[in-house]
Amino acid sequence: MRVTFTVNGRRHEADDVWEGESLLYVLRERMGLPGSKNACEQGECGSCTVRLDGEPVCACLVAAGQAEGREVVTVEGLADYARQRDGGERDGEAAGDAALAPVQQAFIDAGAVQCGFCTPGLLVAADELIERNPQPTDADIREALSGNLCRCTGYEKIMDAVRLAAARADQSTQEVG
Amino acid sequence: MASPTGPTRTPAKLHQGADAEGGVGDSPLRPDGTLKVTGEFAYSSDMWHEDMLWGCTLRSPYAHAEIVSIDTSEALEQAGVYAVLTYDDLPAEVKKYGLEIRDTPALAHGRVRHHGEPVALVAADHPETARRAAARIKVEYKELPVVHDEASALAEDAPLLHPGRDDHHAPHVPHPNIVHRQPIVRGDVASAAERADVIVTGEYEVGMQDQAFLGPESGLAVPAEDGGVDLYIATQWLHSDLRQIAPVLGLPEEKVRMTLSGVGGAFGGREDLSMQIHACLLALRTGKPVKIVYNRFESFFGHVHRHPAKLWYEHGATRDGKLTHMKCRIVLDGGAYASASPAVVGNASSHAAGPYEIDNVEIEALALYTNNPPCGAMRGFGAVQACFAYEAQMDKLAAELGMDPVEFRQRNAMSQGSVMPTGQTVDAPAPVAELLRRVKSMPLPMEKQWENVGGRADVRALPGGLSNTTHGEGVVRGVGYAVGIKNVCFSEGFDDYSTARVRLEVVGGEPVAVVHTAMAEVGQGGITVHSQIARTELGVTRVTILPADTQVGSAGSTSASRQTYMTGGAVKHVCELVREQVLRRGREKFGTYHPAWATAELLLEGGKVVTDGGEVLASLVDVLGDEPVEAEDEWRHRPTVPFDLETGQGFGHVQYSFAAHRAVVEVDTELGLVKVIELACAQDVGKAMNPQAVVGQIQGGTTQGLGLAVMEEILVDPKAKVRNPSFTDYLIPTILDTPTIPVDVLELADEHAPYGLRGAGEAPTLSSTPAVMAAIRAATGKALPRVPVRPEHIVEA
Repeated sequence: MRVTFTVNGRRHEADDVWEGESLLYVLRERMGLPGSKNACEQGECGSCTVRLDGEPVCACLVAAGQAEGREVVTVEGLADYARQRDGGERDGEAAGDAALAPVQQAFIDAGAVQCGFCTPGLLVAADELIERNPQPTDADIREALSGNLCRCTGYEKIMDAVRLAAARADQSTQEVG
Repeated sequence: MASPTGPTRTPAKLHQGADAEGGVGDSPLRPDGTLKVTGEFAYSSDMWHEDMLWGCTLRSPYAHAEIVSIDTSEALEQAGVYAVLTYDDLPAEVKKYGLEIRDTPALAHGRVRHHGEPVALVAADHPETARRAAARIKVEYKELPVVHDEASALAEDAPLLHPGRDDHHAPHVPHPNIVHRQPIVRGDVASAAERADVIVTGEYEVGMQDQAFLGPESGLAVPAEDGGVDLYIATQWLHSDLRQIAPVLGLPEEKVRMTLSGVGGAFGGREDLSMQIHACLLALRTGKPVKIVYNRFESFFGHVHRHPAKLWYEHGATRDGKLTHMKCRIVLDGGAYASASPAVVGNASSHAAGPYEIDNVEIEALALYTNNPPCGAMRGFGAVQACFAYEAQMDKLAAELGMDPVEFRQRNAMSQGSVMPTGQTVDAPAPVAELLRRVKSMPLPMEKQWENVGGRADVRALPGGLSNTTHGEGVVRGVGYAVGIKNVCFSEGFDDYSTARVRLEVVGGEPVAVVHTAMAEVGQGGITVHSQIARTELGVTRVTILPADTQVGSAGSTSASRQTYMTGGAVKHVCELVREQVLRRGREKFGTYHPAWATAELLLEGGKVVTDGGEVLASLVDVLGDEPVEAEDEWRHRPTVPFDLETGQGFGHVQYSFAAHRAVVEVDTELGLVKVIELACAQDVGKAMNPQAVVGQIQGGTTQGLGLAVMEEILVDPKAKVRNPSFTDYLIPTILDTPTIPVDVLELADEHAPYGLRGAGEAPTLSSTPAVMAAIRAATGKALPRVPVRPEHIVEA
């Protein structure tokens, strides 16, 4: 079958897709977007987390056909997505390094990246959390990220990174506001 | 971008410029950080080639069976299938591989020895086509009785896993189903036991833990025009893989060119081969690039696990709290193939007494061959199992003596100058008592912390969490302590070395250091440390890290907490060689302009040659000109010797590392649910090369220890079949299961090591588990001699 959907603002099409293929497989193997990861392919680890019409989902549990005509955001498009969302209020210097979303920069700065295999899914999930809840408590962060396994960090620096991203967003909002 | 006919998403050079300053002791950002947060980092499962095929492995459904026949004809008839390979298709005389003992068949021949053993391979144009074709391979098995524990392995009529063994352990083991056995005897246990006022014994058990690295086993093999193969792979040691792969392919090593792709964690699970040989065989047979990616189910069968263990301990102490003696027996289940079992036995035995002064010991450790899943390296490597048992014994002794468990440990703690059971003197700082003091002196988390959110119970902070099983009723707090000792680097006489190549050149008017090693960066941050060392030693800002490959000499394994020590040491050493060459060239070019060239101690700093008094003599750009300076060398740690086969005596280890933990838990004593509230760690790292990264290592290791304590176990049924090969059923700690982990880093230099550093990766995994268990015992009063502990163990009468 043919599937057509939007990924990171661009229309993508794939032909000869077997009906059993997951959204994750089509993104990684047919659309040249391997950023979403394949740590378990059974919906337990969150490494393939993407936004589907805004909702965070495990791309491994979504059949590619289910994405037909819908909007997907992956880690590759996270910086653009964040920029567009925050664009009005965050132009100029407050937007920081234009190549990265604030949550991406925070993960690097806080040392939340080791092997990095969980990172793309965590970034999409953490970005969605801060979008929905700009000042999350620690308990909120843990709850929101409980579907994303990390085997390297012990999560402490991931907590630091999300706190940092939220604090920076708060600060830049105040500066602009 | 690679050419359209070559593989895409190959590993890239990593450049760091002026925005990433930081030498040794700083915490610069990871050179691969940006690639990893943007999704561009090329992991081994991301490799892609225009006309590639997908490989699939057919595995044995039985733990022990004779292969009566294999019929591949139906599979071969499937549209889209390019090749189906079995043992008969192996091209070379050599059919087996192995880390130390070459006992593992590349594909099963006549007999399968464990559940999930590879039997046949398929290459097809789609992964699902390959899977379906594999399902059509008809294998007739005749089940054989399984060997699954010590009794069945050593029974008179026990089937031998490997009849006719000719490995170098075979002559000294008491039974051919024992891979290796290491006794250690020192002092006089019998007379020491007579002096003991109290004697405690215990029988302990450790379940089979999985590394559960997130990046699955995967890679891409590309056949080359010269008849060789290019392999893009995730591993812990490229050259060890190469040594095992090439003979099975019937190729000289130079025709198997390996490049490290992005590695999604390792923790020991990538020391052994998984799909490397299989992908190469399929690529060479089909003449097409072949990619293999395991899913999580297959990954559980695709790598070795931590040895499950049974441990029997006896300790004695005098009334005033001094240890008199220790006896122990440690039986490790090595599973069907040897993997790293011999070295794990050496480690379990030599660390069996823990970080304590005990003059009289009788230790025996051995690993069995069974039909259980093969076990080998995992973070902590034999020392984890021992630490769980000896720390439980310390608490028992303290209780028996009516002493505080920390004080009891401190009274017996080893220190620099103490002697190990092997007779080896610990000749570097061993701050065991101090680490315990530090974790004990950290402030305790608030009581009833679940009430601290708006005055009512936040179930997320309680055992059971959002399952809403308690609002505090039946919840009891417990606090527990533990401390451990772990060796660093390869031991027992192994010729352990690492190779580095460093070039200093001028690019765009600036000096750049280019570092090339074969070190497997698996997430630990070794490449960050290499760039820091290059900056410190060569006085430059810009560093380029080349992808690790087999075009440079071996870096040894990313295991045994050894890479910062070893490849870090090699990079430092080679930078020193480069510096000597630079200064020689500087003297030739400019020596006549300033007497200091000949008389002063010269340094490279800030891109310049300076005197130790700070006077600038020349810029590196001027000294180098258009001609780069390059050096390459191997670097070794001090030698060790094998342990004596009967007494276990010998200077077997290079360095020891120490960590201590304090665990605070809350247990729902009615339901047996555990919430770890805080897991504080103090560790001596000698020198924090990168403080941010070392804390990350300690927190990550601590969390894996927590997993072993309360949830992680591969379950094997009576027929030796794996029952829970998935993240649905094999649980690793989530962010909700993991507490805050305050870390206190101590830096007492080891004068034998580069920069005084101490390998840091494993020690925190050791003491974490027994600290959590001590805390649960304190909360419940139960003996709990087994990990992982389950709710039923806590609530049972």
